[in-house]
Amino acid sequence: MLLNIKDLTVAINGKEIIKGLNLQVNKGEVHAIMGPNGSGKSTLAAAITGRDGYEVTKGEIWYKGQNIVGLEADERANMGIFLSFQYPVEIPGVSMTNFMRTALNAQREYRGQPNIPAGEFLKLMEEKKKMVDIHAKLTKRSVNEGFSGGEKKKNEIFQMALLEPTLAILDETDSGLDIDALRTVAKGVNELRSSENGFVVITHYQRLLEYIVPDYVHVLSDGKIVKSGTKNLALDLEEKGYEWLKEEAAV
Amino acid sequence: MSMEKDTLQQTQTLDEMLIGQYRQYKELISENDTPHLRQIRENAFQVFEKEGFPHSGTEMWRHTDVDALTEDDYVHELKAPVVTENIEDIFQCDVHDFDTETISMLNGWYTSKTGDLKTMPDGVVVGSISAAMKAYPELFEKHYGKITGSESNGFVQINTAMMQDGVFIWVPDGVKVTKTLQIIKIINRKEQLFVQSRNLIILGKNSELSLMHCDDSVDHQASLVNTVTEFFVDENAHLELYKLQNLNDNSALINSTFIKQMANSTIKTNTLTFNCGLIRNSIHVKLDGQGAHADVLGLYLMDKEQHIDNQIRIDHNVPNCTSNELFKGILDDEASGVFNGYIYVARDAQQTNAYQNNNNIMLKSTATINTMPFLEIYADDVKCSHGATVGQLDQEAMFYIRSRGISADNARMLLLYAFAADIINEISIEPLRQRIDDMVKKRLRGELSVCEKCVLHCGTPDKEYHFDIDLSQI
Repeated sequence: MLLNIKDLTVAINGKEIIKGLNLQVNKGEVHAIMGPNGSGKSTLAAAITGRDGYEVTKGEIWYKGQNIVGLEADERANMGIFLSFQYPVEIPGVSMTNFMRTALNAQREYRGQPNIPAGEFLKLMEEKKKMVDIHAKLTKRSVNEGFSGGEKKKNEIFQMALLEPTLAILDETDSGLDIDALRTVAKGVNELRSSENGFVVITHYQRLLEYIVPDYVHVLSDGKIVKSGTKNLALDLEEKGYEWLKEEAAV
Repeated sequence: MSMEKDTLQQTQTLDEMLIGQYRQYKELISENDTPHLRQIRENAFQVFEKEGFPHSGTEMWRHTDVDALTEDDYVHELKAPVVTENIEDIFQCDVHDFDTETISMLNGWYTSKTGDLKTMPDGVVVGSISAAMKAYPELFEKHYGKITGSESNGFVQINTAMMQDGVFIWVPDGVKVTKTLQIIKIINRKEQLFVQSRNLIILGKNSELSLMHCDDSVDHQASLVNTVTEFFVDENAHLELYKLQNLNDNSALINSTFIKQMANSTIKTNTLTFNCGLIRNSIHVKLDGQGAHADVLGLYLMDKEQHIDNQIRIDHNVPNCTSNELFKGILDDEASGVFNGYIYVARDAQQTNAYQNNNNIMLKSTATINTMPFLEIYADDVKCSHGATVGQLDQEAMFYIRSRGISADNARMLLLYAFAADIINEISIEPLRQRIDDMVKKRLRGELSVCEKCVLHCGTPDKEYHFDIDLSQI
């Protein structure tokens, strides 16, 4: 099993957001997490990736046979966990190229590999740029600085393609995307899908799941998974909204 | 008269000591003066005698503790001592690809084996100010003491009253100096020195000069350096000035720079402060000719209990001038900083465009900064803007970088370096930009204290250092 979350409780400033959540992801699977605003979707992403301020008060997160609760964000990244941000951060003064080379070399060092030679890195970048149809000049600019909403999201997928994670968490990657960008992003993700990695796709809407077809769909409500099913569950949600689940859960 | 007699060391405050010294050795101090210069000295002395040094109660010095400095004991030399050290050793500089013409000052005294005043092949005159005042009395009469203006403080007054040496550069009309001139000032003495130096730099019409001004100390002995520099930048002349400040934690540097600009001239100053116990940089630009432009930039990286005070004043005295001020600072530990950006726009100085910004990153809550923008505008058709930020490292950005696998230390370095890069990238001399780039990285890693010999040794460090991340392409 790639990811095994057991009875997880996460609090921010003492307030519980995730309240006893269980989730298993195997290699080769794509899991969609859906749910209304404030249900804890982004908190779950932050807890898995080790963001400061998200306190695991109970439970365990097992990844590749290790409980990663308490590990630093960069160590988790080096173990192959990637987060595609809902709101990618602009970093003026740091070029995309250098940011990615630094990140890639940090991960290679963690795995005991030597730094990637400059020429090889540039070739790799060109290759991955094509995959997400990212404009050549964007990689020369500062990280996300002046990028449009769509470019920022494509840039997340581009980074994922370069770093080749084993577990990728896409946090509302579809928000703010027009249909063309959505297709491009989905195409990138689909090309990266393999029997060796897993995806957790967090989204509000069923639309993204038409392009990135999940193996499982989970509905998160008030910090817990209240219903799990196949991709058809997403269609039900699209039709009926989330209210019926809340009613069902209350029964 | 022997050297011992010229050197006073007593348990009195610095201003008392200097006043006594002036009265006693007035003839010696002004022995080379023209009557004009003698009068300037005497006037400055009278003001100093009355007002003394600024103190903690002086408004413009409120945030910089000068009392501790001026109450200390110093040795103040009135004549150059015989140098016993090997000058070549002290000023050794191994920079291969940065070709500069160096002007050396040791403990405030001009030291050159090629003589006190020389004319370079391209026509620029470089030398000691004491030699130049005799050789070019008409230039001195026209410019010396004129650019400092009337509202100068005790440090400027006492410098004017007692100055004995410094650097003189005259770039005649139409001369474009292609080789960067580098003033290297080194303090290297066993005693606690009070060092004054006085520089006069004149750029004729349509001339160009690029100048580096390095303040360094060799050892850890305390000193107080009081430098006054006057620049006259004539019509359509272009000046680039880089000030590199890298002194030990026991040293204090009071640096007063006055720049007068005539029509269509441009200047760009970049003040790079890496290390020093206490530094006060006062830069006063007077835009006196239409179409003049000034870029006044600076970067300061302070830690421990260091103190940096940047006082920038830009006078828009005539219409159609532009100015751009940007100072950025990173303060760690108990370091403290002051930024005072004063823009003055005279009554008829229409079409003025002045921009001012000061950004600070505080790495610890114990570091402090006082940033004070101040605009005084008497014209109605002007564009003036100012801004100041004081903040910590962006935690969102930290997490973003770390989520890609980059360690907290390297993420921090990356963000700090990116912050400083705005200023570094404004350095237009490429080998110098690379050196400074290097120094900033080392400084941010805490690997740079005072360079052992010269500030430019950073290109050839004794110990090999290693960056986990390649920052060179940022």
